[in-house]
Amino acid sequence: MSAPLRARDRASGPAEARPAAPRGVAATRPRGKPSAGPAAQLLAAFRKDLLLSWRSRAQAMAVVVFGATALLLLSFAVGPDAASLRRFAGGFLWVALLFSSTLALAESFRAEGEQKALEGLLLLAASPVSLFYGKALANWLQLLLVGIGLLPILVVLYDPDLSRMPALAGLLALGSAALSAPGTLYAGMASQVRAQQVLLPLLLFPLVVPVLLAAVKASSLLLLGDPMGQAGAWALLLAAFNGIYWPLCGLLFSTVIEE
Amino acid sequence: MAFDVLPQPSPRAPRVAAALLAASAALLAVGSYIGLFVAPPEHYMGEVQRIMYVHVPTAWNAMLALTFAFVSALFVLFKQDWRWDARLEAWLEIGVILSFLLCAQGSIWAKPTWGVWWDWDPRLTTTAVLCFAFVGILALRRFVEDPVKRATWSAVATIVAYVDVPIVYFSVKWWNSLHQTQSTPQTVASSMVTPLRINAFGVLFLMAGLAILRSQLARRKLAAELAPPLPESNRLEPTGGVA
Repeated sequence: MSAPLRARDRASGPAEARPAAPRGVAATRPRGKPSAGPAAQLLAAFRKDLLLSWRSRAQAMAVVVFGATALLLLSFAVGPDAASLRRFAGGFLWVALLFSSTLALAESFRAEGEQKALEGLLLLAASPVSLFYGKALANWLQLLLVGIGLLPILVVLYDPDLSRMPALAGLLALGSAALSAPGTLYAGMASQVRAQQVLLPLLLFPLVVPVLLAAVKASSLLLLGDPMGQAGAWALLLAAFNGIYWPLCGLLFSTVIEE
Repeated sequence: MAFDVLPQPSPRAPRVAAALLAASAALLAVGSYIGLFVAPPEHYMGEVQRIMYVHVPTAWNAMLALTFAFVSALFVLFKQDWRWDARLEAWLEIGVILSFLLCAQGSIWAKPTWGVWWDWDPRLTTTAVLCFAFVGILALRRFVEDPVKRATWSAVATIVAYVDVPIVYFSVKWWNSLHQTQSTPQTVASSMVTPLRINAFGVLFLMAGLAILRSQLARRKLAAELAPPLPESNRLEPTGGVA
């Protein structure tokens, strides 16, 4: 029995119903009237996803290690010239995070596919919108942690300017939020089809080109020095992307998971 | 109403498509003749500039095709009608082909003019990103077996990708810029406007005709996919003499 499955069995709480709950029980509850408010549902879903990740933390660690390996490989592609490595450090960080994100996002829906857990959640009369935001917030937090986990490796490998590290952490928060909203939507689709490993990056990578551009530009400015104060404009672009995609993906998610 | 009416091919569609394709062939022949032999060569770029007479119409129509795909996607979600799913499939494929052609033509033009095949200019890069984004959606359609899920998901993905177009464009524009300003009838000498307009309508009719044929094909495929299996007694039995 795999780790997430055990986690689900042990855990308790409103969103933790056993997927095999008899259908009759759910049917007696009117679909339109959830037992808890949307905010409570969202929190329950968020808690459940974090708990699942915590119980299978070896997997989460593996994602960080994968990101670190990607950083190392990208450096080999450039060669041992310290000056150019430092110049590309921002780009390496985001490409490594983007690659790791596909693993983390796919993992967030893997447990839902087992024993029809997702259908069980929907039978609980939990609103799909709350489920989406709970999951997207949990993914955001995990991607942010992966990004922060990569920072020490980045510092050791490329020796960047350390004075703006807090700003870089803020940028990681904005950028991983921008990956998480459309990533959660697409992972929800990809988890339900064959060839999911190839489908998620195929759909997600072209979409997040603006995120990558803005995040790399801003991170490079933060790591190398920002004489013109341009990093803020790129952070604003990331914020705008978040402002568009968080509501849009939340709206569309219900059509993706409903039968 | 949720996807419960089987799609039927329209009896008028082949004739409409044939008329559109014939009109497009005539327009493209006339427009290309004027563009190649009548219009003057451009002052700085010379004969190379004549690729504009296919490039600019392709660009306009590629954006138009993807906009039609976006509109079809909205109708798929709100109307839940198979006919819109068939149109979505048709416009997605045409949009991908046109944006691929756009990149190819751009490269052919860029090599003699700028000296490079590729340039990280906003429109070129946006088109390439779009091409990949919508190819991903076509792949999604191949991977999903349930027709209802296929329709809904590809509509969702089309909306998400289409909303990204202006964001990609402006982010690449701020990132790097070199492309000359867009060619519109106002920025081009009048002797060059005529072939440009004729070819624009030629490509428009061509893609409309192809879209009709493609969506009819999609309807037939959907009808075959969704049709209930024949009951056992109605199956064709091998008759005597043929065995």
